[in-house]
Amino acid sequence: MFHALVCIKQVPDTTNIRIDPETGNLIRQGVPTILNPYDAHAVAAAVEWKRKLGGKVTVISMGPPAAASAIRECIELGADRGILISARQFSGSDTLATSYVLAKVIEAVSKDEPVDLVFFGKQAIDGDTAQVGPGVASRLGFPMVTYAVKIRELNLQDGYVVIERKTETRNEILKAKLPAALTCEKDIAEIPYASLPDLIYSLKYEPELWTAESPIAFDPAQIGLKGSPTTVYKTGTPEKHTGGEVFHSAEFGLEQAIKLALDKLAASPVGNSILRVSQ
Amino acid sequence: MIRRFWVFIEQEDGKIHPVAWELLGVARRLATEISDELEKSNDQAIVEGILVGQGVSALAGEAFQYGADRVYVVDAPPFKHYINYAYTTALVTLVQKYQPEVFLIGATTLGRDLAGSVATTLRTGLTADCTQLQMGIARDSARKLLLMTRPAFGGNVIATIMCKNHLPQMATVRPRVFNAPPPSPQRQGEVIQESVPLDPSAANVEILEFITSQSAKVKIEYADIIVSGGRGLGGPGGFALVKELADELGGVVGSSRPCVDAGWISYDHQVGQTGKTVRPKLYIAVGISGAIQHKVGMQDSDFIIAINRDPHAPIFEIATVGIVGDLYEVVPNMIQQIRSLKEAKHG
Repeated sequence: MFHALVCIKQVPDTTNIRIDPETGNLIRQGVPTILNPYDAHAVAAAVEWKRKLGGKVTVISMGPPAAASAIRECIELGADRGILISARQFSGSDTLATSYVLAKVIEAVSKDEPVDLVFFGKQAIDGDTAQVGPGVASRLGFPMVTYAVKIRELNLQDGYVVIERKTETRNEILKAKLPAALTCEKDIAEIPYASLPDLIYSLKYEPELWTAESPIAFDPAQIGLKGSPTTVYKTGTPEKHTGGEVFHSAEFGLEQAIKLALDKLAASPVGNSILRVSQ
Repeated sequence: MIRRFWVFIEQEDGKIHPVAWELLGVARRLATEISDELEKSNDQAIVEGILVGQGVSALAGEAFQYGADRVYVVDAPPFKHYINYAYTTALVTLVQKYQPEVFLIGATTLGRDLAGSVATTLRTGLTADCTQLQMGIARDSARKLLLMTRPAFGGNVIATIMCKNHLPQMATVRPRVFNAPPPSPQRQGEVIQESVPLDPSAANVEILEFITSQSAKVKIEYADIIVSGGRGLGGPGGFALVKELADELGGVVGSSRPCVDAGWISYDHQVGQTGKTVRPKLYIAVGISGAIQHKVGMQDSDFIIAINRDPHAPIFEIATVGIVGDLYEVVPNMIQQIRSLKEAKHG
C-alpha cells in the first residue's frame, strides 16, 4: 500500500491582487484565494500513483480556518484524508518555523501510517521562496528531489523512487531511497476532472483540525514569530515609474510612430550597438 | 574579530555560474558598508567564496578578480555532481567552523535547492530572491544587520526582511539582479583546501542519468536583446512574429506568464517574478500589458520599447518609449524599418 502525503498551501490569487490607489496598500479583503497551482499538480501526481499502486493520499496544510476549502479541493482531486494545522500561535511563522510544524505533523502521521513519499509544489505563488520543501525534507532526513517533472518508477517493495527533475541546463534522473520528498513542477501530472463520488465526498468533507496543543504538542519556541529567525522590518510598494514618450499610431501614422520610437533607440547610449547588429 | 561575508560559488561541470561574480560584488560592497563599525573596533571584514566540486580548485583564482579575499575549496569525488546531501553537509560543516555573518547564494535551481536545506540544518533564517541588500541598523540592533529586500505577493509588495538573532544571515539572489563588478586581473587571494567527510550510509540519492536536450535550453537571463510576447499575441502562432523581430536584432524570445500558463511557449522563456529576471540592453514588450509580476523581472533593462493596443496598459509606465497600435501591424513594419536602417549603415 502506497501512502503519499502532500503539503499544500492556500494562497491569494496573486494575478488578481489589487492595490489601494490612495494608500498603496494591499487590499486583502475580497482577494480570492486558491489552492497554490503547483500544489494542485502535486496532489494530482500523488493521486495518480495511488490509483496505480493502491493506497492513500493524505493532504496537510498549515493556515487559517478558511484554508479548509483548499483541502476540500484536494479531496475533490482524489485525496483521502485532510489535516488542517491551524491556531493563532502559528501565525507569523517564517519558512523555518513552517518546516518545523510540517515535519512534526508528518512524523505523527507516519507513526500510524508510514509515509512513502512527501509531495510539495515547487513553490507557493505568494511567497515564491521554494524553501519549505527542502526544509521539511532536511528535518525529516528524507532525500529531497526538487523541480520534479516526472516520477518514472515507484518501487515500494525495494523501497526506491526514480524521479526526473529539471535543472537550468538539463534534466537529471535521480534514484532516491524511500521515504523521500519531492517538489513538483506542473509537468508532474495533469489536473484530472473530479470523479462524481470524489466531488460529492469533498462537498461535505471536513478536514481534521490540529492545533498547537492537540493531538500533538508543538514546542512554542519553534512556532510563530518566536520560532522565526526572519522578521519583516518594513514593507512598501514598488517604485512608481512615469514612463517615457508614447507614440500613437492612430495619431502619427504607423510608419511614423515606429520611426519616432526607433529614432529614440538610435539616439540612446545602447542604440548604436544594437542597430549595428547585422550579420 | 573577523566579520565574514560569504558567497557560494556555484559551478557545474567546472563552469562557474556568473551569479557567483555578481554576488561577490555585492558582498564586497556590504563589507564596506560596515567600515564605520570596523573603525571603532579591532574588527576586520573579509569576503570569502565557497567552492565545492571535483577538480575545481583551479577555478578559485577567478574569484579573487571579482572581490574574494579567500576561497575555501572542497574538492573531492563525492562532490563531482550536485547532490543535496553532499553539498549541504559541505556548507554546514564550513559555516559551523568559520561562523560567517552573511551568506549569499544564487537563486538558481541548484542554489534554491541547497540554500533551503543549509538554512534549515543550521536553524537560521533565509530570505529568497532578494532584490536589494544592505547593511544597516534596524530596530536598535547592536550592530548593522543585513537588510534583505524582496518582492512578495507577485511583486505587489516590497518587503524588507531581517534576521536579527541568528547567524549566518542568509539570502538568495537571482541571476542578473545585480551586475558583476569588473574583474581586476591583478587581485590575489588565498585558497584554503577543506576536507569534509561524508557518511556513506546517509547518501540516499544517486544520479542515474543526465538528459541534455538537443536544442540547448534558452538562457534569456544573459541575453543583450530580448523580444517578449504577451497575451496580446492572441495565440501561440504569434510567437513566430516575435521570433522574427528577435532574429532581426540578434536577440532571444521572452514571454510573459499568461502565455506560459496557456502553453503557448515553454517556461524557459518566462520573464518575471515567477520566471527569470533579465536586464538586457534592449527589451521589447509585444502585447504585454505589464502586470507587476512581469515588470519586476525586466524593469532594469537599459532600453524598453512597449508595443500595445491599449494606451493605458501599465507596461507604458516603465517603457523608455511606447508605440500604441496593433502589434500585428507594428511589428512587421518595425522589422522592415530596422532592416532598412541596417542596410543604410552598411550601404
